[in-house]
Amino acid sequence: MYKNFLRYLISAIFLITFSISAKADFKVGFVYIGPTGDHGWTYQHDEGRKAVEAAGIKTTYVESVKYGADAERVIRQLAQSGHDLIFTTSFGYMDATNKVAKDFPNVKFEHATGYKREHSNVSTYSARFYQGRTILGHIAGKLTKTNTIGYIASFPIPEVIRGINAMTLAAQKVNPNIKTKIVWVFSWYDPGKEAEAAQALIDQGADIIMQHTDSTAPVQTAEKAGIWSFGQASDMQRFAPKSILTSIIDDWAPYYVERAIAARDGTWSQQDTWHGLKEGMVAMSPYNKGMGADLVKEAEQLQKDLASGKIHSFTGPIYDQKGNILVAEGKVADDGMLLGMNVYVKGVEGDIPK
Amino acid sequence: MSLDISFIGVLIGSIMASSVPLILAASGELITERSGVLNLGVEGMMIIGAISGFALMVITDNLFIAIIGSMLSGVVISLIFGFLTQSLLTNHVATGLALTIFGIGLSAMLGKNFVGIPGKDFPILFSSLRESIPFFGPILFGHSIVLYFAFALPFLTNYFLKKTKLGLVVRAVGDSPVSASNQGINVILVRYCCILYGGGMCGLAGAYLSLIYTPQWIENMTAGRGWIALALVVFATWSPIKVLIGAIIFGGISILQLHMQAVGFRIPVQFLIALPYLMTIIVLVVISRDSRKIKLNTPTSLGRIFYKEK
Repeated sequence: MYKNFLRYLISAIFLITFSISAKADFKVGFVYIGPTGDHGWTYQHDEGRKAVEAAGIKTTYVESVKYGADAERVIRQLAQSGHDLIFTTSFGYMDATNKVAKDFPNVKFEHATGYKREHSNVSTYSARFYQGRTILGHIAGKLTKTNTIGYIASFPIPEVIRGINAMTLAAQKVNPNIKTKIVWVFSWYDPGKEAEAAQALIDQGADIIMQHTDSTAPVQTAEKAGIWSFGQASDMQRFAPKSILTSIIDDWAPYYVERAIAARDGTWSQQDTWHGLKEGMVAMSPYNKGMGADLVKEAEQLQKDLASGKIHSFTGPIYDQKGNILVAEGKVADDGMLLGMNVYVKGVEGDIPK
Repeated sequence: MSLDISFIGVLIGSIMASSVPLILAASGELITERSGVLNLGVEGMMIIGAISGFALMVITDNLFIAIIGSMLSGVVISLIFGFLTQSLLTNHVATGLALTIFGIGLSAMLGKNFVGIPGKDFPILFSSLRESIPFFGPILFGHSIVLYFAFALPFLTNYFLKKTKLGLVVRAVGDSPVSASNQGINVILVRYCCILYGGGMCGLAGAYLSLIYTPQWIENMTAGRGWIALALVVFATWSPIKVLIGAIIFGGISILQLHMQAVGFRIPVQFLIALPYLMTIIVLVVISRDSRKIKLNTPTSLGRIFYKEK
């Protein structure tokens, strides 16, 4: 769906009337999976886009673009209408991005959270959200009274499984009896279902709720039930002021500005970027005082150590659910293993949907 | 699964809450269809109700106005459908589909400025009784007024259709508009009223989502519930009580499957997610096997265009 049709129309008229001979302005396009007002994933990408705009570079965006044929059509449209750099900001755009990139070798493409770079004009980038999950796990392990953490998951992709594992490992470290209960909703964005999932987890004894979905419904449900929760992607504090302990914040702005300027100045080259707490691509919103001053201090220290590399989220020994060793004692998981993660660690209940 | 009695009470309470939008929308659509009009715009009318209710809540800070306004907005948008199909004699199916697409687009546009605003707590009734009575407390008490209305609605609808003269008129218009017209009934007027009533109920169903169930506005937040309501009416063979049963089964299994996941049943999640749809169809087909009754309830002229020769 084109929300920006009028904008396209105006810019098209503008281009035709004023600059037939001149080369069109440098333009950056963004493709979003949700509406910019989701206050989660897409909202943060749009904040990044605004930073690019503030750096004096023209941008356009298309929101709520579905995976599949729709995505390809939108990306192609952006490439055809003179965009020089296109950010496709969801995992499911992976194949569509590479397909279009093949036909537009002069346009640069940046795909978020994917791993396919089939052409030299495709870069990938992602954030080490799992570092944030480690902090959540530490806090959750300390605060839970029922030893049950409720986790609302979207799709069984490595990104989501990595988060579940990182959280569980950190929680186990401070509380060996911890259990992680997972409900898959098979959607990034369905407030009704996310709220029902949160309620089901609460009814099943979870006293801390966290989510890998994009709406604020789970934290609102937790607030109503009077239990703790964690925000996702952006600071969701005002939707559940008492309940939210902290939110994992994605900060794409510095990366977007850097890449847009590089593309404009001709210094852009293919990259695979995976930044975390250290570079600031992952940040934590202020910790809720309700968790106690000591725990706030611990969380802040952990955040520092994860950023400096002193602590790694996946430090051995790590076992899978059957007890097979995944990472040996004293070793840390390499990026290849993290990127392809498709098994639960010990302590997570249930099976990964296939 | 912890299976103590108070937990089951809480569970039934949340199942009831999740089936409310389906009951409201399906009951409204049922009246529309019984008058012989097939309105596929349920989803569109619901989403318009959702945004209107939420926007009015933000602007006026008054939940009563928000609820009434959402119903009125459903009425207004169904008036478009009524005018097109009854006065301009357009095809019901095509017009209804257009109404859904229009509603989703319009609501997204109207809702631009209302995204990301936290909703208000909707008042719940008898909240103290909910806590003090085990099992029955969470089932009977501590709900919003809209929920009580929704659960009374199928019985009221049933009474209306079977026991009142007006109900008889609606059924007559739906079964044989020509004979009804010959009896001096203003078929077009009756159908207009039924369409507007259906629109109002769909608007309320949408407002239940945006004001009570998940108090916030999000684009496309009805997420296909309008289509499920439509299917319920057909599978319930136009019987209000069966609509209620179908809605509860659908809401119930949707929630139970989440619990089954949380407990860790070794059943493929994809199957669990499909389960509400499967079970609702199976149950409704099994309880509606009496073909004589189906014939009695089915509006014979459903979706057919009627016009009075002058």
